[in-house]
This record gives sequence, structure tokens and C-alpha cells, in this order.
Amino acid sequence: MNSSSDLHVRYVAQLARLKLSEEEACRYQEQLEQIVRYIEQIRKLDVRGIEPTAHVVERVNPMRADDPAPSLSPDDATANAPLRAEHLFMVPKVVE
Amino acid sequence: MKLHEFTASRAVAAIRRCEVSSEDLVRALLARMEAVEPQISAMLHVDAEAALAEARARDAAPPSGPLHGIPIALKDNLSVRGQPCTCASRILRGYRAPYDATVVEKLRRAGAVLLGRANMDEFAMGSSTETSSVRATRNPWDPARAPGGSSGGAAAAVAAREAFAALGSDTGGSIRQPAAFCGCVGLKPTYGRVSRYGLVAFASSLDQIGPLTRDVRDAALLFNAIAGHDPHDSTSLSDAPADLSSALGRGVRGLKLGLPREYFLKGIERDVEESVRRAARELEKLGAEIVEVSLPHTEYAVATYYVLATAEASANLARFDGVRYGHRAEKPSDLLEMYGRTRAEGFGAEVKRRIILGTYVLSRGYHDAYYLHAQKARTLIRGDFQQAFARCDAILTPTTPTPAFKLGEKMQDPLQMYLADIFTIAVNLAGACAISLPCGFVVRETTLPVGLQIIGPWMREETIFRIADAYEQATAWREEAPPL
Repeated sequence: MNSSSDLHVRYVAQLARLKLSEEEACRYQEQLEQIVRYIEQIRKLDVRGIEPTAHVVERVNPMRADDPAPSLSPDDATANAPLRAEHLFMVPKVVE
Repeated sequence: MKLHEFTASRAVAAIRRCEVSSEDLVRALLARMEAVEPQISAMLHVDAEAALAEARARDAAPPSGPLHGIPIALKDNLSVRGQPCTCASRILRGYRAPYDATVVEKLRRAGAVLLGRANMDEFAMGSSTETSSVRATRNPWDPARAPGGSSGGAAAAVAAREAFAALGSDTGGSIRQPAAFCGCVGLKPTYGRVSRYGLVAFASSLDQIGPLTRDVRDAALLFNAIAGHDPHDSTSLSDAPADLSSALGRGVRGLKLGLPREYFLKGIERDVEESVRRAARELEKLGAEIVEVSLPHTEYAVATYYVLATAEASANLARFDGVRYGHRAEKPSDLLEMYGRTRAEGFGAEVKRRIILGTYVLSRGYHDAYYLHAQKARTLIRGDFQQAFARCDAILTPTTPTPAFKLGEKMQDPLQMYLADIFTIAVNLAGACAISLPCGFVVRETTLPVGLQIIGPWMREETIFRIADAYEQATAWREEAPPL
């Protein structure tokens, strides 16, 4: 059985691309352990043979005709970029 | 009666009879904001000139729809082209939405004027509006107390008569709980009734947009305007719209209303329970039959919700990485550092906690134990409602176990904050519809409103409107205004 002590906030934060300060990591560790202990009560529920619900709407793959329609212009789509060149998003170099 | 004290329906009638102009209404609400905003802080962004210009354009044009000239406030997570849409988060400071949400397009088509943007918990994560990165909103009934959340700004604005009506969003109670705390009416439609296109996503399988209003008929007016299928949201339902015209004024004779025994057990304050039981007796007097029902998996709802909602949120909020919009950390040494610092600087504590929790329950080795298990628990919770609705037409519960709590009271203890939504969360998990309306007052240090929640089966908004309207017409709670 997994237990709440398995939650390593610093590691999970790294998976989530969140840089935490020492103080934050300690505080969240304590708070999230308490929350995970609360959440663990669902494990008491016998769910054998129960189908999971991902979505309450029983509708699968609604299709539409593949017709072109107006959408965001490149100007609009890039207007909020912190850094851009023409219609490109600029980011720090990723390949040496 | 002063113009800002009007309901939306009364304002509609006044405009139709040419007694007032849309510009008069906008000016009255702007003046009201000037008077009470220093105490309440419900609004984040109001472009007075733009609202007045829209109003004048409506006044110059022939009547356009059922909300012609009526100013409506929006929660700050609904997109309006060219306007800020920050979700009260630092990470979206300066962002301007490039398109209109479908509900905004529908409001415009109905003739509405956009009044401004209301405060909220950051990314709708919270139950008190205190996680807003900008400021806390205060409850108009007692400024020392929270307005509820996450649509706390919208509820406070409506209660304080700064807006006739507002649109909010409800993922686990975020419309109904603040409506209850502020003494107004709040509707969470059936999942899929209202398009989510243009709503900043928190938990996509739970989020719904709905109205916050001064009375039930106004809620019906707004719901009619925003509901309907939208090709931009493939989870929106193509079913025929609810027919609310026949629901209002029809009475409750012949309806069976269920009281779930699990909602009247622990944690509920005695006078809150008494208010709700009195409301049930009132409905019985009006001709409804009251039966006891059971929702046996109720105690697992909050835990199930905090697995599923945080999992979905961790995925939805991955898009805030400093690349395409919003805040970006300065001078990052590489891309990974840019992501990590952008998100660290941009998100507040509650959002970070939920992203971490959601990432954890989806991570390798824990997915089945938490996420999959919670999805199965969700099936059981939904089944509870299916079984209950085989025995009754709608379910009556308190909206919250207590009246509005004090600002700061729960901020140090996230779990206590989560439990504030204990009576509203299961409805989102089930996908059903529910409305909260005032059903009395209790005295703490001041007089505070209590909310009655009426839960209806999927797609049966007309049933909950029928009950809410009958109750409201038979009582006088909506006459009460906060002491401002």
C-alpha cells in the first residue's frame, strides 16, 4: 500500500515545472500530507466491478463537417506573447 | 426605488417602457460602485467609458433581445475580446483575451451591456475569494466575513447592488456557495447545458457557467440567454433548451422533494439546518410532498473531488508556461528554468498546492490508487443521485453547513476550506443541476443569509426553477438587502 509519506513535494513540483523555495516546499509538504491523508479515505470504498467515470455526458466523439471556418488570426494568436518575432514565439535557446 | 436597486427583470421592463435608458442604468451602477466598492472590493476591472459607450449604442438601436440594455458583470475567467481576463492571477496580468466566450456572444446577442469584471479566487481555486492575487472581497452583510468563492466578487457585486446580475463559474460550488453566503440566487446548470468555450478551464469535466442574480426569475432570464449547444464546445449538449416559461408560477403541487439524510448529520450548524427544514415545510404547505432519500456515498464526495479536480487542473494549468501569453520570468538561463520560475512567480499558494496534488495523483505508481479509484467513486456518487431521483423530482439541502465565515478564518488550513463545499461538490461530480436561493437569516455577530440548495436531475432545470420560484414567491427573503 502506498501511504501519504510517499508524497515528495519537491520531486512532484519538479514534474509540474514549479520552482519552490525551501520555505514553500516545507509548508506544502505538511499541508499536502494532511490533505492526502484525508483523500485516502476513498480507498476504503469498495469499487470492484465499478466502471470509472471520466465524464458525465454519455457522448463519444462528436463529429462535425471538416469545413474551413474563420479562426484566430496570427496577429491575434501571438498578441499576448511575452516575446515574439513576427508571428513566432521567442524562447531561450533549446538546442546548442 | 433607486435604479441600482432594480432586479434585471424590472430593468428590462423599465427600458421597454422607455422609462430609463441603458445609459441611465450603467451610470446608476457606476455611481453605486463608487459608493460601496471601497468597502466591498467586488470588482477587479471596470471600464466605465466602454460600458457607457455600449449602453449608448444599445439606446440608439431598436430593442435587440430579452436583455436589451441590461448591464451584466462577468467573473474574471470569462473571455471578452480585448478585455483583461486574469483569473485574479499574477500569471495573467496584462493578458487581453483574443476572442469572446460563447456566453459573452450570447449575452451580446440578447442585448446585454458588459459592465465589468468581478474578483474571484485565483483560477477559481478557493471558497472565499481570498486566494485572489489582487485583494480579498468582503461580504456585503458583514465586511469582516468572506463572500464565499470562487465567484465571490460576482456574488458580492450582485448582493451589494453594484450589478443586477453576473455570470460566474461553478466547479465544486463556486456559484452556489457564494450565492448562499451573500444572499443571492446562483444556478449551476446541468453539465453541458452552457458552452464552456472562452471560460478559462479549471477542471473541464466539472466546470459550468451560470448566473448569479437577485431573484429566481432573473436567474431564469440569464439562463435562457446563455444555454444551448455550441459547436466550439464538444461537451455542450444538443438537447432542446429547457422551457422555463411554463415552470415559473406553476407551483409545486404534485412534486416529490427529497431530503437526503446524509446532509443533516455532522458539521451543519443547528440554525442553518432549521432554516432549511422550515423551507421544506413551506414547500409542503404549497403542495409538495416531502420524502426522505439517501445519498450513501456523500462522505466520499470531497475526497473524490480533490483528486479529480486537481488532476484536471494540473493538466489544464500546464499551458501557463511563459511562452505564449502571460507572465514570463526575467532572464532565464534555459527553457526549463523559464518554466519553473515563471510558474513560481505567477501562481499563488493555493494554485501551487493543487497543481502539486493533481500531478501527484496522476503520477506513475499513484494513478490507479488515486485517480482511477476516484473516477470509480464518481460513478458511485452519480449512481446515488440516479437512485434518489427515481424516488423524487428534486432534492433539498442546505447550500453550506454554516453561514459566511470570517476572512482569514480558514486560510491557514486548506482542508477546512475544502470542507466548506461539502454540500455542493457532489452535484458537480454527478453533473446534475442545482440552484441556491435565500431561505432565511441567522445571527452571528450580524445577520447573515442562509442558502437553500435545490438539486434537480440532469436536464431538468425547469423543475428546480419551478420549485425555487414557488418558494421565493411564497416568502419575502429577497426583500432583505445588506446594510450598506
